[in-house]
Amino acid sequence: MKLLRLAPENTSFPFMRFRRVSYPFSALLSLIAVALFIFKGMNFGIDFAGGTVIELRAKGGIAEIGALRALGEKLNLGEIEVQGFGNPADATLRFGLQAGGDVAQQRAVESVRTSVGAEYDLRRVEVVGPRVSNELVQSGTLGVVLSILAVLSYLWFRFEWQFAIGAVIATMHDLLLTVGFFSITQLEFNTTSIAAILTIVGYSLNETVVVLDRIRENMRKYKKMATAQLIDMSINAVLPRTLMTATTVMLALLALVIFGGQVIRSFSLAMIWGIFVATYSSIFICSPMLIYLGLRNEDADKTHASEAQTDAKAPAQRKQQSRSAKPR
Amino acid sequence: MLRFSTWKLIAIVLMTLAAILVVAPSMLTPAHYEALKERLPSWLTPPTIVLGLDLQGGSHVMLEVDKADILTTQVKNLREDVRRILREEKVAITGGIGATPKGVQFRLADVADKERVLPKLRLLKSSFSARSGGASPLEVEETPDGLIRLVVTEAGVIDKTRRAVDQSIEVIRRRVDALGTREPSIQREGDDRIIVQVPGLQDPEQLKTILGQTAKLEFRLVAEPGQNPSESEELEQQDGTGKLAIEKQVMVQGEDLTDAQPGFDQQRGGEPVVNFRFNIRGAQRFGEVTSKNVDRLFAIVLDNKVISAPRILTPITGGSGQISGRFSVEEANNLSILLRAGALPAKLNIVEERTVGPGLGQDSIDAGKRAAYVGAGLVVFYMLITYGVFGVFANIALFVHIAFIFAGLVLLGSTLTLPGIAGIVLTIGMAVDSNVLIYERIREENHAGRTILASLDAGFKRAFATIVDSNVTMFVAAAILYFLGTGPVRGFAVSLALGILTTIITAYTMTQMMIAIWYHYARPTRLPI
Repeated sequence: MKLLRLAPENTSFPFMRFRRVSYPFSALLSLIAVALFIFKGMNFGIDFAGGTVIELRAKGGIAEIGALRALGEKLNLGEIEVQGFGNPADATLRFGLQAGGDVAQQRAVESVRTSVGAEYDLRRVEVVGPRVSNELVQSGTLGVVLSILAVLSYLWFRFEWQFAIGAVIATMHDLLLTVGFFSITQLEFNTTSIAAILTIVGYSLNETVVVLDRIRENMRKYKKMATAQLIDMSINAVLPRTLMTATTVMLALLALVIFGGQVIRSFSLAMIWGIFVATYSSIFICSPMLIYLGLRNEDADKTHASEAQTDAKAPAQRKQQSRSAKPR
Repeated sequence: MLRFSTWKLIAIVLMTLAAILVVAPSMLTPAHYEALKERLPSWLTPPTIVLGLDLQGGSHVMLEVDKADILTTQVKNLREDVRRILREEKVAITGGIGATPKGVQFRLADVADKERVLPKLRLLKSSFSARSGGASPLEVEETPDGLIRLVVTEAGVIDKTRRAVDQSIEVIRRRVDALGTREPSIQREGDDRIIVQVPGLQDPEQLKTILGQTAKLEFRLVAEPGQNPSESEELEQQDGTGKLAIEKQVMVQGEDLTDAQPGFDQQRGGEPVVNFRFNIRGAQRFGEVTSKNVDRLFAIVLDNKVISAPRILTPITGGSGQISGRFSVEEANNLSILLRAGALPAKLNIVEERTVGPGLGQDSIDAGKRAAYVGAGLVVFYMLITYGVFGVFANIALFVHIAFIFAGLVLLGSTLTLPGIAGIVLTIGMAVDSNVLIYERIREENHAGRTILASLDAGFKRAFATIVDSNVTMFVAAAILYFLGTGPVRGFAVSLALGILTTIITAYTMTQMMIAIWYHYARPTRLPI
């Protein structure tokens, strides 16, 4: 049986040569992402902005978007956002925090219910008050920061410091671009999106670790090879696996986007983008960073040979230990 | 590589069987599950997966004690206490008792009186706090010219808030139980919040109605013209016909009720009413007051609104009565639930609400299932066409992996949410990553000129460190998500974390075993990938 291969056998792309292109390119994209975040902003969902979302299904079969839109003015709820999706009977209403605190929010829901309750079923009602939304913003931000710190310390412990820095810069890059993605698509940003971001962080590091692991292994094996060449070789070696995994995850995510329903669609779309970016950054951002951070392949750099050799022993021993600890 | 102990093989097979056994009851239809439950002894009720509110439909309501209301009540009580002390000690003050933002102040007519008043006022502290020690709930300040100021401190408000939360939980539990729902969850959250989760509710509005009301019931006399205005207050009428002057003194309170039931008043053409009974103290007190005040109006006041103000025709000594207020049947029903359960000690505001109707929940389950089937199908197919027989092994491992995740969810009693399903679909994609790492490594070693056996051996050995490293980072992200996330997002974190843990067993150990057995019997001459 002829089996499918995504990557050609024994590739030897000079990935490191692209760093002169990939760095300015990524820097530009990151800047654009930041600019988008500042000037265009995010479409914060009610989790973070506070407010109310009501999902309706018309009892008669057709949701009248126009009539629903007029509700905002009629009930004096301020700006009201009405969206139809999928089924013509369905629509979501969204309006912001009401002046007058939590009590006013409940009153607003009540007024919507009385005015449309006869023609529509209220399938979902979510109301988030101002204080709760502030707390969700805090815990979300804290989560992202903590996870980066935790992973940084793990990588520092397991690898050389250059690896940890490289991995974190790549992760930050992915984070920025994901934020930019949310801004440019105006997909709703809510607590599920934080879950998406943290999963992207996890995936990005997963990718990075696979590449770094190979680089570390090859550093021990090919002590005479120049760093850039060694990194290229390592990336080429793991390339089939990188493409394969990205594809399987992508397939699973596609199923979620198409069949998973409205609630998790923005999560799945963000994840798809994140997988792209994470794969790219592990190759073009993290690995070249090692060169810039002055990771030396010990024997190739003759001047620091003696110093470097003592350095090289420590991780080698650690590796030995991890192997003997492997369950048989 | 080829050597592994038989007990390890047995252990893995047993674990897989156990996982399938644990998951199986959750896969049954409700009718079949009930049938199964009946056949099993009662101590062996098979646990099933708990679905989150977003999947089975239900309401999540977060209530917050209104601190401003607590403070207002405390200041009001303080004013009454001060008035009482001054009266008891027969101490004269100039001007009245004045209000400050967080307390009261007054000026003694004779500064010398403070020796008598201050110790009494300081004693009030104990009535403002159940706990001894800690920050003082009340501060008493004095100036040399006889001005005395009492301030309710932040600590006092917090302490009272905490107690209010404890008492409210009891009241709310009684109220929610009266709705007859199954397995409501009522929990304290922090200092001033309560989370109420009620699954599978047909009418979420009713839940909110009965949660949002303080239900403080009072029987008070309507003030008569010419009465001292400082002894009465203007209260809104329920039917919106304006305000009514009501005496401040309360005859009988809602806590003296022993029962309240909805009913119909036959004399008024079957209007829905609430029938109630007083306890002995309430009945006595009510009998006394009504005997003394025949022909006056008395007001039934609920949460500072006058529901009705009937005339006392004869003394009411039977200890029971009726509240009528042009209720609908539903309102009469809700009011009697509230009166039976008792009043909340403070006003509670709804600060977060998430309600999912049962229809949408079922739609979400269907969507999640469809996505999971399609996602798994695609991945399985893709692994097959890429790795052939090794793909079959990976897919078997994937199946066991999914069984382990679900078994983990059942055993942990963790809740499956829609994001949780997304997490599982995602781990399906990620789970095969370990297999991919191993297989690619095997290929590479083989290309480098090793024998098949040596390649297999090296592939598993070398890939292991990478698998551990890459999964630990992912696990860290999931763990943090769990500790900081709420509700559905937590469900996602649990699924993801379980998926990562089980992948080590399934993708690594299981695959290794299958390949070893395959090698033993197939004796391949070239690597099939």
